[in-house]
Amino acid sequence: MKRLLRVSLLCVFVSGCGGIQSPLAPAGDQAAALHGLLLLMVAVCGVIYLLVLGGLAWSLWRRRPAAAGDNEPSDAALGRGLGVTAGVIVAGLTVLIVGSFLADRALFATRAQPAMEVRVTGHQWWWRIEYRDAAGRWIETANELHLPLGRTTRVLLGSADVIHSFWVPNVAGKIDMIPGRRNLLDLTPRRAGWYRGQCAEFCGAQHAHMALDVKVEDATTFDSWLAEQGRPAAAPAGPRAAQGAAVFAGPCGICHAVRGTPAAGRAGPDLTHLASRRSIAAGTLPMSRGGLQGWIAQPQALKPGTSMPAVPLRPADADALSSYLTTLR
Amino acid sequence: MIADLERVPQLDATWRDAPGLWGFLTTVDHKRIAARYVVTALLLMFLAGMLALDMRWQLSTAENTRMGPQLYNESFSLHGSTMLFLVSVPLMEAMALWLVPLMLGTRNMAFPRLGAFSFWLYLGGVLTLWLAHAADVTPDLGWFEYPPLSGPAYSPGHRADIWAQMITFTEVAALAASVNVAATILKMRPPGMTLARMPVFLWAMLIASIMTILSMPAIMLVTSMLIADRLVSTHFFSPAGGGDALLFQHLFWFFGHPEVYIIFIPATGFVSAIVETFSRRPLFGHNAIVLSIMAIGALAFGLWVHHMFAVGLPRLGNDFYTAASMAIALPAGMQIFCWIATIWSGRPRLDTPMLWVVGFLATFVIGGLSGIMTASAALDLQLTDTYFVVAHFHYVLVGGAMFPLFGAFCYWYPKATGRLLSERLGRIAFWLIVGGFNLGFAPMHLLGLLGMPRRVYTYPAGLGWETLNQVATAGSAIAVAGGLVFVGNALWSYWRGRVSGPDPWGGSTLEWASASPTPAWNLPYTPRVDSLTPMWRDGPLRVMEGLALDRREVLVTSVADAAPLYRQKSAPPSIAPLLAALATTAMFIGSIFTPWAIVAGALPIGAALTAWFWPTRPRAGAAEAKA
Repeated sequence: MKRLLRVSLLCVFVSGCGGIQSPLAPAGDQAAALHGLLLLMVAVCGVIYLLVLGGLAWSLWRRRPAAAGDNEPSDAALGRGLGVTAGVIVAGLTVLIVGSFLADRALFATRAQPAMEVRVTGHQWWWRIEYRDAAGRWIETANELHLPLGRTTRVLLGSADVIHSFWVPNVAGKIDMIPGRRNLLDLTPRRAGWYRGQCAEFCGAQHAHMALDVKVEDATTFDSWLAEQGRPAAAPAGPRAAQGAAVFAGPCGICHAVRGTPAAGRAGPDLTHLASRRSIAAGTLPMSRGGLQGWIAQPQALKPGTSMPAVPLRPADADALSSYLTTLR
Repeated sequence: MIADLERVPQLDATWRDAPGLWGFLTTVDHKRIAARYVVTALLLMFLAGMLALDMRWQLSTAENTRMGPQLYNESFSLHGSTMLFLVSVPLMEAMALWLVPLMLGTRNMAFPRLGAFSFWLYLGGVLTLWLAHAADVTPDLGWFEYPPLSGPAYSPGHRADIWAQMITFTEVAALAASVNVAATILKMRPPGMTLARMPVFLWAMLIASIMTILSMPAIMLVTSMLIADRLVSTHFFSPAGGGDALLFQHLFWFFGHPEVYIIFIPATGFVSAIVETFSRRPLFGHNAIVLSIMAIGALAFGLWVHHMFAVGLPRLGNDFYTAASMAIALPAGMQIFCWIATIWSGRPRLDTPMLWVVGFLATFVIGGLSGIMTASAALDLQLTDTYFVVAHFHYVLVGGAMFPLFGAFCYWYPKATGRLLSERLGRIAFWLIVGGFNLGFAPMHLLGLLGMPRRVYTYPAGLGWETLNQVATAGSAIAVAGGLVFVGNALWSYWRGRVSGPDPWGGSTLEWASASPTPAWNLPYTPRVDSLTPMWRDGPLRVMEGLALDRREVLVTSVADAAPLYRQKSAPPSIAPLLAALATTAMFIGSIFTPWAIVAGALPIGAALTAWFWPTRPRAGAAEAKA
């Protein structure tokens, strides 16, 4: 209880301690505007709540004359109180409606051409991410979004199947990803670091395992990351990796693409630079050789319902495959 | 009200049901029907509450694998669908069915058989959903099943169809009940009870009924379109076929938002009645409260988009819905002021019904204020679909509607059973439920602000969610324990409670004039009313005679002035409502599997309705002609 109290007090009144998936620790312009609005709302609503509770307590326990008599208050006086209350409510609402309107304007005001556009497409249950580089080429990755610090990135949101919702609370509020529609969201991150996003619209069995790693980094680091992502996969180094590549070309390439190899499937995430990412299966497991082995062996146990099938592989092949995947940096 | 001795046996003979099972199946007594509604809904509340406890257990630790995603998704879908469609709305209708004729001093509802039909059809919906659950065809997409996820491509099988047809059941039943309540309140008020002298409770039930009539067609339309998409390959909601996924959301929430107020507005009626009686003075601001209820009812139809702020509609339009949503705070605030002012200027007694009103005010206001936060189109982008929203709507629906309902249950229990509930057990239940609820749901606000989305069956460690989830689970368990004490109290008092007499609280309205428990014919005479608080006038209640004793007859009065117009025959018991409900049930369930069920099912329904409306009375003048 003490710990809870400490956590609550800290988080409600101090910004910057809400963690990596929280509107309470804004790390971008959009989230900061919403954080300010939240504090205004909490303050106004908190005062109103205390007034109501105080009024209720007073009405229950005020000292009353021993017998009902002439010194009871008149309904006319109460009527005036009703008028004053209405005035106070209207004034409070006006403040909040105007505050909300201004914050909304700040989020969605038409901006000059953003520095960069990124397409993010929701799938059951992962994220396809496509950057456009300076040459106009689309560079595909999945489940890990990198954003340049201090620049505005416009995210174009869509869905390949059902409705999902793109939500990286430290950076901005959520916007739904709806099949047949395209939504826009501008992100202007101001604090470098790793953040976590998560699908916020129920999208089926594995809605809980549809997370997104977000890295905010300075512009030069970002540019070199993007250049690296644009390159095709490195050729397998060593016999084990080569064996793994051969295994991959069989069943895996039907759904997954590794640019620079014959594997060009589009049903699952692009794995060209899989090993450079932080986690696998949309935040389900940490990126590691063990994680990859477990995921390949038992996807349905780790993420029941996922489209990734359990492919029967000889132990040596499975081992070689995970070796190969860890070289895809 | 004391009747002369010959009257009672005559009324008994005219109004009693047949004995035994036949009487059970054919009754049109509004009190018996309402009691069935209440018992069914409370049983479902218990079952859905157990589901909630199971989910809370699952969420009490990170990375929990005790429940898999399928079971968890089924649990919250069944919990939400049951609580919204099969518990909250029917309970409010049941309170109207039970109390409206008593409060009007009339003998039955305007359409007695329609009341029976509502219940049987509602029971059909209950059995459809829960027998499907027993057969493992549980809906698993939440209490609103958005396409394309609920469409044929992503939800094969019949889970989504069960959900859609369960809605059709409950909505037809709700429409029937609402038409009945509205007609009864408008046309069967006692002489003298003009619209200006109508208690707030009746206003609340009237407005909730009208809202039901206006909003339910939208949901029946949308679930029928969903079924058509699934059954006969229409493309209302599939973008690839030229449909629009958002159309579903607009139609659903055009119903879904009024639905919340259809649950909440009757609760304001309970609160007004309890506050008046236990403050021992006439309600302050009667007109202001009635106008507030009307304003809430009207505004409710203009703010559905606040459930859709994140879907990417034009921003300026969203801001309009922000203003409309926040504007609800004005009438709601006026009502709360009037209740507190009534308490302040009265001489309050804190018996359990009043205790529940205090618990309601302290809890509901939190839900109202968090509603103002989520009403902001901008801020909602951080709040919607998180645990903040889960906390918000539980504060509104449990704190704002269920707490008053529990108070109403304590308040009118002696009228229904003739016995008082135990105050001691009642207080224990009150503190456990209110304390446990707040302990369970307050931390969810913070969980939402720490980024926890709703409808996740598990979550990773290290995001700061574990402790708060454990507290929430503990609180829910305490509240459930309180619920058990509450039910135990009701059962114990039914046989062992103190005998209450007709008017244990000194109530102000006409239901306290009848005996407790109330006989089938309610009041021996038709009362005449000259104020808002007819039971508080000096001297005995004024009454009038003139209704037949040897046949079922009720008085119909004019809409505005309640001037007596004519005597109306009141329908006697009949098996036809049950048969009609059975035929309708067969058609609805059949239409899950084949569209031809609608054609084939129409015939038995037609036959049942023909039996229902077959004239049994000789034509007017026939008796004289014979003589």
